[in-house]
Amino acid sequence: MFLDPANFRHPAFRTGMADAFKVAPGIWAWGLMTGVSMVQAGLGPAMSTWMTLLVYGGSAQLAVTPLMAVGTPVWVVLATAFCVNLRFAVFSLHLRGYLMAWPRWQRLTIGYLIADLNYVQFVQNHPAPATEAAGQRAEMAYLCGNCFLTWAGWQIASILGIVLASQVPLEWGLGFAGVLALIGILCSLASSRMRTVSLVVSGAAAVAAYALPLRLNILVAIAAAVAMCLIIEKTAGVNKAAT
Amino acid sequence: MIDVFQLLTLLGLAAMTVLARCFFFILNRELPFPAWAQRGLQYAPIAALAAVVVPEVLVTHGQLISTWLDARLLGAAVGVAYYAYRRGQGQAVLGTIVVGMAVYLPLHIGLGW
Repeated sequence: MFLDPANFRHPAFRTGMADAFKVAPGIWAWGLMTGVSMVQAGLGPAMSTWMTLLVYGGSAQLAVTPLMAVGTPVWVVLATAFCVNLRFAVFSLHLRGYLMAWPRWQRLTIGYLIADLNYVQFVQNHPAPATEAAGQRAEMAYLCGNCFLTWAGWQIASILGIVLASQVPLEWGLGFAGVLALIGILCSLASSRMRTVSLVVSGAAAVAAYALPLRLNILVAIAAAVAMCLIIEKTAGVNKAAT
Repeated sequence: MIDVFQLLTLLGLAAMTVLARCFFFILNRELPFPAWAQRGLQYAPIAALAAVVVPEVLVTHGQLISTWLDARLLGAAVGVAYYAYRRGQGQAVLGTIVVGMAVYLPLHIGLGW
């Protein structure tokens, strides 16, 4: 992982960190507001700190915080977190092609750290999995650098938010910087007509299905967009324009 | 401090993070993977981000916004415009965040939009 010189001395480690840095202010603002939200929801500073250090997933943390504050049964809390995290299972299907070359413990440690933007930036930088060992090392080094910077920034910002909870009103809406970071990456991804179709279909479906519980609208939206793109590919034969 | 029960709950939640993020590569065995699914996955990253972002900008209190005078909408629009103006070069994403917030914060805090 980060502590393995083969990863952190690799040039791809710095590339990964540089990419993560482009969106870092968004991650920091988001982490800060997640820290503030947990404390303001009544979780207490100690519990909030442990939660951010162990759970490391903003959307799941925000979903379970109100449940835990009122003493909901543990299995409901766990099931809620898993459902909110379901989009990551889709990512893991995609990442499988890259990571199966590594031993299981290494897959699980790096997998734990791959949040939304890490996944997106990684597959954007490595459109196809490497087939030889040197390329796989470069992929792993990139992931380590990218995830490390995100993780460190998120944790520091979250703990700062927990400490400053009473000084930073949620109403300021600083978390919007996180949304803007995602918008910037969305713009960089929308490089072909088919990808733009995916963006529009998914966005529309996510709004239409917004009433679904546990952020399942995200899963519905991904399924709708991927299905729509595959159908268009098949009927219009735009395979080449896709990538 | 937190008690043992709370710590166990948090460890359970951490396990949920690992389970979801590693779902399809926890086991070592082969997974049948049809070509159409492989092709479909190239559309997943942008779809996932769009599904997270679009409601964050267009939905308020569970409803589609009904006004143009929305700080998030204008902040996002200016952010996208800046990215297009820079054509994605250099630190365009960083600029999107800074410019978007420069529009959003005054409208949101100052005017309450």
